[in-house]
Amino acid sequence: MSEKEQVNLTRRNLLGGTAAAMAGLTIAPGIILVETAQAKPKDQPVTDAVRWGILININNCADDCTGCVDACQEENGWGKGSSDESKSRPDQKAQWIRKVKVTDRETGHAKTLPMMCQHCESPPCVDVCPTGASYKRIDGIVLVDKHICIGCRYCMMACPYKARSFIHETLTDQRSYAPRGQGTVESCTMCVHRVDDDQQPACVEACSSTFNSAMIFGDLNDPESKISKELARHGGVRIRADLGLNPGVRYQGIYG
Amino acid sequence: MKRIQFSEISGYAPGYLLILGITGLLAAMGLGAAYYMEHNGHWVTGMNNEIVWGTPHVFAVFLIVAASGALNVASISSVFQKPIYKPMARLSGLLALALLAGGLLVLVLDLGRPDRLIVAMTYYNFKSIFAWNIYLYTGFFAIVIVYLWTMMERRMNGYTRAAGIAAFVWRLALTTGTGSIFGFIVARQAYDAAIYAPMFIIMSFSFGLAVFLLVLMTIYHGTARKLGDAVLYRLKNLLGVFVAAVMMLVTMYFLTNLYATEHHGISAFILAGDHVYTKLFWVVQIILGSIAPLVILYNPITGTSRVWIAIASMLVIIGGLAQLYVIIIGGQAFPLVLFPGMEVSSTFQDGVVASYSPSLPEILLGLGGIGVALIIVTLAVKVLQFTPESLADADIDPNYSAG
Repeated sequence: MSEKEQVNLTRRNLLGGTAAAMAGLTIAPGIILVETAQAKPKDQPVTDAVRWGILININNCADDCTGCVDACQEENGWGKGSSDESKSRPDQKAQWIRKVKVTDRETGHAKTLPMMCQHCESPPCVDVCPTGASYKRIDGIVLVDKHICIGCRYCMMACPYKARSFIHETLTDQRSYAPRGQGTVESCTMCVHRVDDDQQPACVEACSSTFNSAMIFGDLNDPESKISKELARHGGVRIRADLGLNPGVRYQGIYG
Repeated sequence: MKRIQFSEISGYAPGYLLILGITGLLAAMGLGAAYYMEHNGHWVTGMNNEIVWGTPHVFAVFLIVAASGALNVASISSVFQKPIYKPMARLSGLLALALLAGGLLVLVLDLGRPDRLIVAMTYYNFKSIFAWNIYLYTGFFAIVIVYLWTMMERRMNGYTRAAGIAAFVWRLALTTGTGSIFGFIVARQAYDAAIYAPMFIIMSFSFGLAVFLLVLMTIYHGTARKLGDAVLYRLKNLLGVFVAAVMMLVTMYFLTNLYATEHHGISAFILAGDHVYTKLFWVVQIILGSIAPLVILYNPITGTSRVWIAIASMLVIIGGLAQLYVIIIGGQAFPLVLFPGMEVSSTFQDGVVASYSPSLPEILLGLGGIGVALIIVTLAVKVLQFTPESLADADIDPNYSAG
């Protein structure tokens, strides 16, 4: 078992109590009130049996809605969710998730979509990281180990999605489950602390609480999961699919 | 041809002390700037989350590339066995080490967490070209030190050729690795091109030789030692060839990009944009840094003037810095293509040219790297026998004939 898995295992033991609570949500075998993403026993390490993904139907994404961005800031303690980064210029501040407006040059047809770490199957940020601080968990979530990130920013050069942020000043106002630090790089964690606790990422949860419900979180490996069924039924595209990185975040409605 | 006598230079001349003072001041200001940046965080720099590598990286990559090129003279002497270059081989090796040390210092001091250098030395991801480079750089130090040892210790002279060949192969690998830092970036339009590896090799030949020429001429002028025309003209002609070769590879890079519609955006951005990168490319890199030196070096009047040869070398260095500025910062400033064929906009400057202005601490850190490199050379030539007492044609040119 790798060191990282052991760390996760320890945390999972701490979170063990939550598993019992979640078990209460199961009212009969096979029927689950909240679709959690293939809850696994808490004392087991992360496995590659699952691959977490998010499907975003941008036809349902309202232009003026920033619910996912706001929720991420609040959950992970950046932007409006933190009193930090007061010295940094706007282009120096962290951007874990942002709304991007996409306009067809010929028709002028415009839509907005949330853009964040795409949690690639073959992440360029992981390839280029000299120390291995950028890594992909075997369940598909791409993370940065803040303890061994030296702040070289090569991952930011390599990311096709501009999804990573470098911290330009000392931080004090952080969430205990989302550690951040001056001189290191960070990005969307797909709310790994929530996923490991059988919850959905904050952005997905926030989106589903609006009328939009544009985001679905789930296991891409499970053909019976809601996300897989929706992808099978209506398809979905990978941004910069030409790069062959196979992101875990998929979109519907960009080109149509 | 006489036997070559090496000797230390006198360290008490006013000129020597002045150079020591200037390089020392540059190094001190660079270290001060690094402390200021690390103490406050990178918000005090012009770098941001779009231009993540800035002016320090321009200087660092220049120094690293020039380090490999500074070894040209030693390589020609040992690998290609041209005896006229042999007396200068020690200085060539010394300059290579010094430039690499200066470049790496800038690179390390710009890290977000330079205190974690030990992490970079103990955790490796072998798929990362950066990790390979850590080995290429440390290996270069080791091999060139051994190479210098075989040159300076008479009992080891028999191994000079072998060490020289090892150093030659290693330096080609080193610049291949440095160019591939950009060549391997698939995400950005300006990079993701295999031509970066050979282009950086040729750039190293050119920049390194320009620095070597300036250092050589400064030492020999300052110490009133003889530097013959024959060797100087050979070196300046060689510099001209390298400058032309860099231009050829730059032309190929743009021609290839102009052929593919997909790359028209980045080509137009650099070649015909309305911003600093286009001006730097045409005015500084091409006109001042390439065409002007070629005219100076091959014009019969200026090409035989030491002042003009020095000016041409300076121009090659300035052009080289501009070239790296355009490659590194211009390459990042061009917007990422997230949705080919579509326009994008966001609160995080998607779809627009990223803004960047170099800050004083960044410039001082970069100049500090040059200061450290030069102070190493200045001190080393005083304490060890790196420089021949004469490089007069009669003393070193096997084909020399009086009259």
